[in-house]
Amino acid sequence: MAVVVQAESFDAGAELNAFSDGAGVGAVVSFTGVVRDTDGTLAVMEIEHYPGMTERAIAGIVDDAMARWVLMDALVIHRHGTLLAGDPIMMVATKSAHRADAFAAADFLMDYLKSRAPFWKKETTADGSAWVDAKEADEDALARW
Amino acid sequence: MNVMYFAWVRERIGVPSEEVTTGAVTVADLVAELSAREERYASAFADVTALRVAVDQELTTFDAPLAGAHEVAFFPPMTGG
Repeated sequence: MAVVVQAESFDAGAELNAFSDGAGVGAVVSFTGVVRDTDGTLAVMEIEHYPGMTERAIAGIVDDAMARWVLMDALVIHRHGTLLAGDPIMMVATKSAHRADAFAAADFLMDYLKSRAPFWKKETTADGSAWVDAKEADEDALARW
Repeated sequence: MNVMYFAWVRERIGVPSEEVTTGAVTVADLVAELSAREERYASAFADVTALRVAVDQELTTFDAPLAGAHEVAFFPPMTGG
């Protein structure tokens, strides 16, 4: 497995191609999160994180996924720092012999990364800056698992 | 121990981290001790149900013991992904 926490951007296509290699791979699922400019007013999005705990929390979540589903590998890339609308924020990829495991594990990873990995988003628009509130639905999503 | 603050908790308290010498037995005791110090702490910790805490980089609860802890971090619910 690979867990990457970085300020730099990444090329989701190139990452996915590199990840997809391997004997016996039958299914690769990936998700890429992109900075969304909901109202067309976003100047920048800043992502703060907790160095050390971030890597540790993500590795724990990936370990849980690997224990729960039959996966050949998993990849998580998550950025921090200052991002602009349209920039990739994060990416999750899973690979398995079969699609059911790959899909379920990717879905699980996304749900847990949203509310259990120590990242905080702050949006700045012409009106000022505000921390993004956690959504109750994101917390509720964990109950699915 | 090293006490860390993230996101709006960091902004309200005004520092990202600080060394705190404390005899607090639990996280809640530490919160009470800090809140009694200065208004900026009291303001940040006014509603702990809006906060999360990690002890030595593991998420835990406010009744968690601090014995042997090196690092305590306070922050709002996470918004990754």
